[in-house]
Amino acid sequence: MNGNSIFKSRMARREALEGLLFAGPLLLGLLIFTLFPVLDSLYISFTKYNIFTPPEFIGLQNYRNLVNDSLFWQSLRITTIYSVISVPLQLVAGFAVALLMNQKVRGITIFRTIYYLPSVVSGVAVSLLWVWIFNPDYGLANVMLRAAYLPTQKWLTDPRTALGSFIFMSLWGIGGGMIIYLAGLQGVPQHLYESASMDGANIYQKFRHVTLPMMTPVIFYNLVMGIIGSFQVFTQAFVMTSGGPANATLFYVLYLFRQAFNYFRMGYASAMAWVLFAIILALTLLVLKSSSAWVYYEGERKR
Amino acid sequence: MTHTRRVRIELTIKFIIYLILCAGSIIFLLPFLWMVSTSLKPASQVMVYPPKWIPHPLMWINYVKGWTTLPFTLYLENTCIITFSVIAGTLFTASLAAYSFSRLRWPGRDIVFVITLATLMLPSQVTMIPVFLMFRDVGWLDTFKPLTVGAWLGGGAVNIFLIRQFMMTIPVELEEAARLDGCSTLGIYWRIVMPQLKTCLAVVAIFTFLATWNDFMGPLIYLTTPDKYTLALGLQFFQGHYGVTMHYLMAVSLIVMAPCLLLFFLAQKLFVTGIALVGIKG
Repeated sequence: MNGNSIFKSRMARREALEGLLFAGPLLLGLLIFTLFPVLDSLYISFTKYNIFTPPEFIGLQNYRNLVNDSLFWQSLRITTIYSVISVPLQLVAGFAVALLMNQKVRGITIFRTIYYLPSVVSGVAVSLLWVWIFNPDYGLANVMLRAAYLPTQKWLTDPRTALGSFIFMSLWGIGGGMIIYLAGLQGVPQHLYESASMDGANIYQKFRHVTLPMMTPVIFYNLVMGIIGSFQVFTQAFVMTSGGPANATLFYVLYLFRQAFNYFRMGYASAMAWVLFAIILALTLLVLKSSSAWVYYEGERKR
Repeated sequence: MTHTRRVRIELTIKFIIYLILCAGSIIFLLPFLWMVSTSLKPASQVMVYPPKWIPHPLMWINYVKGWTTLPFTLYLENTCIITFSVIAGTLFTASLAAYSFSRLRWPGRDIVFVITLATLMLPSQVTMIPVFLMFRDVGWLDTFKPLTVGAWLGGGAVNIFLIRQFMMTIPVELEEAARLDGCSTLGIYWRIVMPQLKTCLAVVAIFTFLATWNDFMGPLIYLTTPDKYTLALGLQFFQGHYGVTMHYLMAVSLIVMAPCLLLFFLAQKLFVTGIALVGIKG
């Protein structure tokens, strides 16, 4: 009995040691690339630091300067507008396409491939493609508008349409969300539809009271991911417009990058990073909090 | 009577859905076709209205000329080295951590797991500057190390989470039997668990490939010598290069995109299961 428990505790100790060893790379990574940098970043945000001379503690000055920085507000405004329009648009469009595809039409695999294809490519190559598409004189966008006898646009070269062009471009990437919806739709138990039919529900009622409630967790996931992603737009803005014209596409992270790596204002950039973190955290918590009102509960509600 | 009417209505609805999906498909494919068309044009036909969709003659030479304007072969090599290292590191250390989380008991395990997941909420911009300064202090700026070392230290919370979720669905009987036969923990991980994770690891590898291949901000921050550029960085540099026009730019962009598209066509099923896995379990 006694020997057995000693054996057991030795086994447990061995297992604990092995567990730590297996998680070792991760633990080291968390320490080096997350915990330490987070604390350091917070400290740097309270300093004036140009990376060539040692950081100088200035308290809340960076945050105070942010409040008076019109470009900071501009970048925040641009990013918020982009987020508020493009996230719901992508959500609805992705969901709509997934719904259509779920109607047992032929060739669903081909459609799925085509709609998802743009989501496979990203980064600089795609940005360059869209610069060419948005070319006001010979680009595809205006070619299509002319073909439809619609007025052509200046797209990226006009401060009034530049941000809209980015939103338009983001719609090309709805395939990623669409596939997640499609998987969710195919996971809705068939018997729910059958019993709804027996109760005499029509297509709209089935959608409203079966499909939609069952899909709320997936919508929730795509919403949170969409919000987080939309606040971190960088590559497209850097490659396509470098924030122009007239700062009309000065996305938040682009401005942050400029402060850090063009002007070497590391303290100021760190303060911006913390503000970004606060915004993303607040928005996520807000969605999370609201989720109790619309995720899952929808299914419980009668009528 | 009513039955045939209902069938007819259903057929009409299906036809309309089909029409919408087809129209959408054309719109979604058009940018790609536009790209291919431009990349094959002689210089004189690029800036022309109305555009000629099928250029004559087809200038396949654009691909060679564009590619050799800058040392893109070198950039390809650099990108391959970085991508390969990141994938290997991610698969190895993320699966090790996932194994530890799902199979081994150790003090603080659940807290560490929660912290790992919490890092998903942290925008990379917060840690970007201190990490940059750290790499500067150890003299790793303008090397590939800052771009790869993170993958060898955990490989990212999403991947760990995904592999752990997958591991939870594997029955432990086989591992217990191996344990009774005197197999070590490392042996169980490597010879029993890893082979059962093939699908999951393939999914992780694919998405890691796409993210690393297309990464722009990382190389932009860390690589300064043109010899060390990745394809993404090279392309951006190419854009501002003197005398480079759209047909070359599109040709090289297509070459850079090609591996991603090819991978998608070859492993489409994995993509779909993978995305569904991430989406639903996340």
